[in-house]
Amino acid sequence: MTERTRKVRTYHEVADPDSEDIVGQIEAQRSKLVGRLADIDRLVVVASGKGGVGKSAITANLAALIAERGRRVGAIDGDLHGPSLAAMLGAERTPLVVSEHGVEPAVGAAGVKLMSMDLVLSDGAPLEWRQPEVAGFVYQSTLDTGAVRELLADVVWGELDFLLIDAPPGTDKLARLLELLPVIDTLLLVTTPSEAARRAVGRTVRQAHGTGISTIGLVANMTAHECPDCGRSEPMFEADGAARLATETGLELWAEVPFEPRFAVATDAGRPLVLEAPESPAARELGRLATKLANATSDTA
Amino acid sequence: MKFLCIDCDEVMTFAERELPGDGTLAAVFECPDCGREMAMLTNPMETKLVSGLGIQVGGRTVPDQPLELVRSSVTTGDEQAFADLPLTAGTVRWSEAAAERLQGVPGFVRGMVKKIYGEYAVERGIEEITPEIMDRARQDLGLEGM
Repeated sequence: MTERTRKVRTYHEVADPDSEDIVGQIEAQRSKLVGRLADIDRLVVVASGKGGVGKSAITANLAALIAERGRRVGAIDGDLHGPSLAAMLGAERTPLVVSEHGVEPAVGAAGVKLMSMDLVLSDGAPLEWRQPEVAGFVYQSTLDTGAVRELLADVVWGELDFLLIDAPPGTDKLARLLELLPVIDTLLLVTTPSEAARRAVGRTVRQAHGTGISTIGLVANMTAHECPDCGRSEPMFEADGAARLATETGLELWAEVPFEPRFAVATDAGRPLVLEAPESPAARELGRLATKLANATSDTA
Repeated sequence: MKFLCIDCDEVMTFAERELPGDGTLAAVFECPDCGREMAMLTNPMETKLVSGLGIQVGGRTVPDQPLELVRSSVTTGDEQAFADLPLTAGTVRWSEAAAERLQGVPGFVRGMVKKIYGEYAVERGIEEITPEIMDRARQDLGLEGM
């Protein structure tokens, strides 16, 4: 038997250590993102864990109201596949200017700086990635996360007092978003009084507690319906899931936003209710929420 | 990834890239000693997964572009979504044929591609971009699909 004497050299023996630098590329992505967010005073994530609870409408109204009060506000629509924030903030669809510094954000109601896939996709088209024809699901999460990273890191946000991020529904997507962010000042979890929402958002609370975010507030949306004629208020749901969720998790219920038909109408028209009808019950409650958010410090959880 | 010519114990050097179809990237390598050639055929699915991380296999050849992943990977983007500002670090002319070829690039990513070619030309003191320069840049920078 012939003894094998050939020795093949290792990759690191033959490669220039700087030639590919995959770790360096990942670190560069991270450092770009951190650098971009360095001029932002408060990073607020608005999430839920349950779809259809009005998270984007709450985000749009909070952003517009805080901006209306004179603060510099940005908003990111993290829901890549169902973007709605740009429309809710009435942002005009004009070409996004790309300079050597990055992409200039669109501007919505009250001067809110905004970025959303809604401004990038063909009108009415779903987000579709260039990917192999089979097993596209394998790539979906990677590409989605990369896109959110770019919305954070490649947009010229400048100096902001607040950057609100409208997170997509689902604990999986929220987890990836939280991993991207170097620091989160406040996590607002939007729910409704329904039992289904209590269970779903409860999972998100549990997830959030594991991330070390110190300031978490619950927002109950669609808590009551107020008759526009007689002013009588009636609960929207029989259950008191939001209050129960607060009790069970030890989180404070920061706001209870009633449902109003004109809230939906204003939202659809791209005119945030807080600007359109600031004296309406929902707008007043959102105003209290905005104040609470502005005053929140890391020890208010 | 490196390729070693075992007989010569030499690292094979990159010779050329080809796109034979179905998303495969063929990279031809050559032994600097004996001249033996070999072609590495990438698995399109693996390559896509890595590029989805925003990582350039083989190392970055051009600076990171704003929304690079979105612009290069979204197929349903609005042709009018972006307005790319012209180069700030020098000027370069585009020949008629090169400009026509550039028009074949989807509008969603065209501005970014134009900027990359422009910077390539400016850095090398090239005054006019022609289809030949575009080919050379594609090969030098690894701009498959642009």
